[in-house]
Amino acid sequence: MPYLDHAATTPMLPEAQEVMTAHLGLTGNASALHAAGRRARRAVEEGREELAAALGARPSEVVLTSGGTEADNLAVKGLYWSRTAADPRRRRLLASPVEHHAVLDVVHWLADHQGAVVEWLPVDALGRVRPEDLRSAIERAPDEVALATVMWANNEIGTVQRVAELSAVAAEFDVPLHADAVQAVGQLPVDFAASGLTALTVSGHKIGGPLGVGALLLTREATPVPVLHGGGQEREVRSGTLDVPAVAAFATAARLTVERRSAFARRVGALRDELVARVREAVPDAVLNGDPDPDGRLPANAHFAFPGCEGDALLLLLDAQGIECSTGSACTAGVAQPSHVLLAAGADPELARGTLRFSLGHTSTAADVTAVAEAIGPAVARARAAGLS
Amino acid sequence: MTETPGAAPDAFPGAPTGPRTGPRLRVLAAMSGGVDSAVAAARAVEAGHEVTGVHLALSANPQSFRTGARGCCTVEDSRDARRAADVIGIPFYVWDLAERFRAEVVDDFIDEYRAGRTPNPCLRCNEKIKFAALLDRALALGFDAVCTGHYATVRLTDDGRRELHRSHDQAKDQSYVLGVLDDRQLAHALFPLGDTGATKDEIRAEAERRGLAVARKPDSHDICFIADGDTQGFLARHLGSAEGDILDQDGTKLGTHQGAHGFTVGQRRGLRIGHPTADGKPRYVLDISPVENTVTVGPAEALDIAALTAIRPRWCGGTAPEGSGRYTAQLRAHGAETPVTTEVVDGELRVAFDAPVRGVAPGQAVVLYDGTRVVGSGTIAHTTAAR
Repeated sequence: MPYLDHAATTPMLPEAQEVMTAHLGLTGNASALHAAGRRARRAVEEGREELAAALGARPSEVVLTSGGTEADNLAVKGLYWSRTAADPRRRRLLASPVEHHAVLDVVHWLADHQGAVVEWLPVDALGRVRPEDLRSAIERAPDEVALATVMWANNEIGTVQRVAELSAVAAEFDVPLHADAVQAVGQLPVDFAASGLTALTVSGHKIGGPLGVGALLLTREATPVPVLHGGGQEREVRSGTLDVPAVAAFATAARLTVERRSAFARRVGALRDELVARVREAVPDAVLNGDPDPDGRLPANAHFAFPGCEGDALLLLLDAQGIECSTGSACTAGVAQPSHVLLAAGADPELARGTLRFSLGHTSTAADVTAVAEAIGPAVARARAAGLS
Repeated sequence: MTETPGAAPDAFPGAPTGPRTGPRLRVLAAMSGGVDSAVAAARAVEAGHEVTGVHLALSANPQSFRTGARGCCTVEDSRDARRAADVIGIPFYVWDLAERFRAEVVDDFIDEYRAGRTPNPCLRCNEKIKFAALLDRALALGFDAVCTGHYATVRLTDDGRRELHRSHDQAKDQSYVLGVLDDRQLAHALFPLGDTGATKDEIRAEAERRGLAVARKPDSHDICFIADGDTQGFLARHLGSAEGDILDQDGTKLGTHQGAHGFTVGQRRGLRIGHPTADGKPRYVLDISPVENTVTVGPAEALDIAALTAIRPRWCGGTAPEGSGRYTAQLRAHGAETPVTTEVVDGELRVAFDAPVRGVAPGQAVVLYDGTRVVGSGTIAHTTAAR
């Protein structure tokens, strides 16, 4: 079964599975004072140190969460609330329009219910924010900016943002900048300290760790208002009893993924290039979305638009042949929606309906690429015959 | 469309090449989220077909017609359908046919009422959506047939023709709403419920045995796009209200109404006429005139019709029967059959009743039967009073 949907979730690393299962049999609330609690706490804190080391952060900057979505919510809502509480003029929320829904929908919610004044940062045809556009957006009223959020690398089309330059601009004006780095970790060098970001989101299951765990890296100066109130765990920013086995396994996965990153990027990048070349050979008018320059794109990402096709028809046809991929965009009650990322990047709406994302990972092989190369031509021909409904 | 049902269809390139015994078809099962279509899909799998489930997002709720925004209709039904597909073990997709549905079914429904007729949207949906938009897409994608949970039977004759028959469970028979299907549509239709003969109770028991959670889900009766069941309210919202006269057969004004579209021929309740008839007998709607915005009422006997003319006739088998025919006719869903003599004149179907029938509404379909076999159908355009 060629699995080409690693950006949705990737198989757990065997080492992470081992760590997780070893901890599943142990009792212990990491907040308790007795021996069982101490053992659990030790596992959590070692995990936190491991995560921090892998991501260029201090252990105290790691706020463990239930995953990427929670970390994004905590960053955007929490920082918006704390910044407006400190100065009620700060209602401007600057965001890229190509964000994952875990950020995008939070931004919409803040605008609809909390009085946020949203300003969408323009993106170029590759879906990239220009630092000068961030600068001019801030400069319009720098004292009124609550925060800015721009994802590190796009989950759909793989475009990598100029994070260091963006954070340098934000720092000039003391504006906190958050980046969702869920797709970036393990594929690109991610160093929190060097990035200059205020907050950075990372998820466990996208890097070979377990589902249901993630983290927000957060500078010590940042004090977001909690989304979850309760026992005061995690710097009183994120309450809830910690999932010790998941945290330990997440940390193992982060360490190994980062250690192996450069070899992984080379190997998978070559597979991806091969896949792109062979898809174009089979379907000459296929459009590669995102940055054609490998330096500007996630090495494991290939995202195409197939003119005249409905994305879900392609999915059905490939699925029938055992090829598992995605249209790349969110669906509503199972109905694939035109990609908001492509629309923001100025793509033709018809074209945005016929997309497929092939995302590779640590288990990908040349055979997966061959399977896609052989199936895609006939599938596109069929989907074209079925047309756009 | 050149596919021949039953013949081994040409596999789409790269398709898995499993062993094929007999007419193993690639079947697209339309799954509404109800018990019938779930059992139908399960039976298609059991019959050895390669089945894929699809739920049509048509919007069950007029307040939340899909507009491309996030947030959607029929989420509950879609989940029920997906859950059933998972239990059956087949791939499952949701196809958004809301635009087509709105244009072909909902707008048509409103237009028909505007013209003073009484449409049947289920029939229309079968004709234009399930066995047109959906079937065409399915065939283009390499499927051989569309499977639904309708209670009707398709029989293959010795010379290879397809005949549509009433289902074994006469009480649930839905051949009436399928009477509009032409030969090509029938050739790609699979009705596993009617084909094997089972009552609704047996279907529910079967769903229970198969572990399908929809086994006890209540039947749907209402028009799916009028979620609250308030058809009059729906029509008033779309057609507005305009006061008009209620007249008797002589043209004498008896009262007023708030819009002719709110009435159906044969309707008795809701007329709100102040003074009773001389003989104390109830009045019924006899005629609706949308142009004048008048509603004509009269005694029950005046509803009796001796004949009708139907337009857009469809014939199972493709061509109209020669000369006059002797059949039985059904005039509404779950209505009784009545013997008739038919003739086709200038492309219109003329139907004469052996005995007068009461309350026939233009816009409804007349479906002709020869025994259990569906002969053809047409849309009722005019009626001729019995006296």
